[in-house]
Amino acid sequence: MEKEILRAEHITKSYGEKQVLNDINFSLKEGELVCLLGVSGVGKTTLFNVLSGLTAPDKGKVLLASENGFTDITEKNGMLSYMLQKDLLLPHMHVVDNVALPLTLKGVPKKKARETASEYFRRFGLDGTQNKYPAQLSGGMRQRAALLRTYLCGNKVALLDEPFSALDTITKASLQEWFLEVMEDLGMSTIFITHDIDEAILLSDRIYMMTGSPATLTGEFRIEQPKPRNQSFTMTDEFLQYKKDIRRLLFVDQIAFS
Amino acid sequence: MNRKKKSIKEIWVPVAAILIFILIWQLICVFELVPGFMLPSPLDVGKAFVTDFPLLMHHAGITLLEAFFGLTIGVMLGFCCAALMDTFPVVKSALYPILVLTQTIPPVAIAPLLILWFSYGIWPKVILVVLVAFFPMAVGLLEGFQSVDSDLIRLMKSMKATKWQIFWKVKVPSALGNFFSGLKIAVSYSVVGAVIAEWLGGFIGLGVYMTRVKKSLSYDKMFAVILLVSAISLLLMAVVKVIQYKAMPWEHARKE
Repeated sequence: MEKEILRAEHITKSYGEKQVLNDINFSLKEGELVCLLGVSGVGKTTLFNVLSGLTAPDKGKVLLASENGFTDITEKNGMLSYMLQKDLLLPHMHVVDNVALPLTLKGVPKKKARETASEYFRRFGLDGTQNKYPAQLSGGMRQRAALLRTYLCGNKVALLDEPFSALDTITKASLQEWFLEVMEDLGMSTIFITHDIDEAILLSDRIYMMTGSPATLTGEFRIEQPKPRNQSFTMTDEFLQYKKDIRRLLFVDQIAFS
Repeated sequence: MNRKKKSIKEIWVPVAAILIFILIWQLICVFELVPGFMLPSPLDVGKAFVTDFPLLMHHAGITLLEAFFGLTIGVMLGFCCAALMDTFPVVKSALYPILVLTQTIPPVAIAPLLILWFSYGIWPKVILVVLVAFFPMAVGLLEGFQSVDSDLIRLMKSMKATKWQIFWKVKVPSALGNFFSGLKIAVSYSVVGAVIAEWLGGFIGLGVYMTRVKKSLSYDKMFAVILLVSAISLLLMAVVKVIQYKAMPWEHARKE
């Protein structure tokens, strides 16, 4: 878990007159789950757009570990797997074809892509849904399918933009536990966005606080609790202490910038 | 119980309304509230329809052929035009106002010009049908292409999808609902368009039949052909609805 796999260096981004991101620097290590925590509208999604290559930064670069050190992947699409806030499953495709989409887009024959995708259905709790349409799945199942699609993009790093924010509390809690298990199992290096402090503490190895306007990374927390974790962690004193510390930092910054 | 109530409301109420309308129409004719030569009774219309059935079918075949060719070309042109306008904003800026402008010109005004330019054969009718079918298809499809969730496009780009892949895998399926809505309008316009073109010149077709029976003051036959044109339009719209049902299985899978 020590080797760095991704680095964001001095990322700055403005839209017209409005500067959204200011000198963002952070790194991600192999197999690590890092959270970007900040209030809605702070610029978290803009940062993900820059990291994924969808938006060009005004300044700074995104570096991905490769055989020869680090490769500059700024403005290059398809280098990181990106799961957006909504599941964005295509309504006209069967679940298996939705999940296999990253493979078919790369030119893998449909049959082979379906076979590859189907191998993961049991692990992702999607068994028996292959030939259903997304509209026939529950919200939780749809997110699982979207996560499997993200995994099948086959990149070293996944970016997850508030993956559980649209779910009800109970579904969210069970999906978070499942997510921790699956991430541990797959060893995916992941950066995820949330504005939910509890979720950030429960899921992350490290948390970066994103505050201000333009947004900067103002704090870093390491969550020392061993993995796999479950919801009972959220009832412990340690959890509450993390929460207090994060809230203090978030609200102090919020007041300072408002 | 609810389903039963729904079927009463959706099927039997309109059927009863139509039957009542026909009954009132028949009574008006029976009691000669309107002279018979001006308003033939439903029974007379029915008789005229049966008597002239082979002739009507002969004319209808040609009208349907014109409508089919015109509709096919109109749909294809509408699709290409919408795809171009969606892909190249400059094409949209240039073409869209012209498209809207063409819709302010009534088909009746264009038909004589088309006959002047392309003579009395099938082509002026086909071209008129193309013109009337093209607009609902182009506008409907363009709206469909442009209403795709921008996040979906972002997702596809993040997966390195090409513009071509985004178009065929996301935009076209997303626009299918709009496509069929446009097609329902276009099929009914295409039959009416063909009939209008035939009014103004030609040797065969329901429009030609209509002008002939009008000149001979056979209003029962006139009503019969009007009913036939309506029936053909309704039938074609129903066919489109069935095709839509088959082509978009995910739409009704949702309701299972």
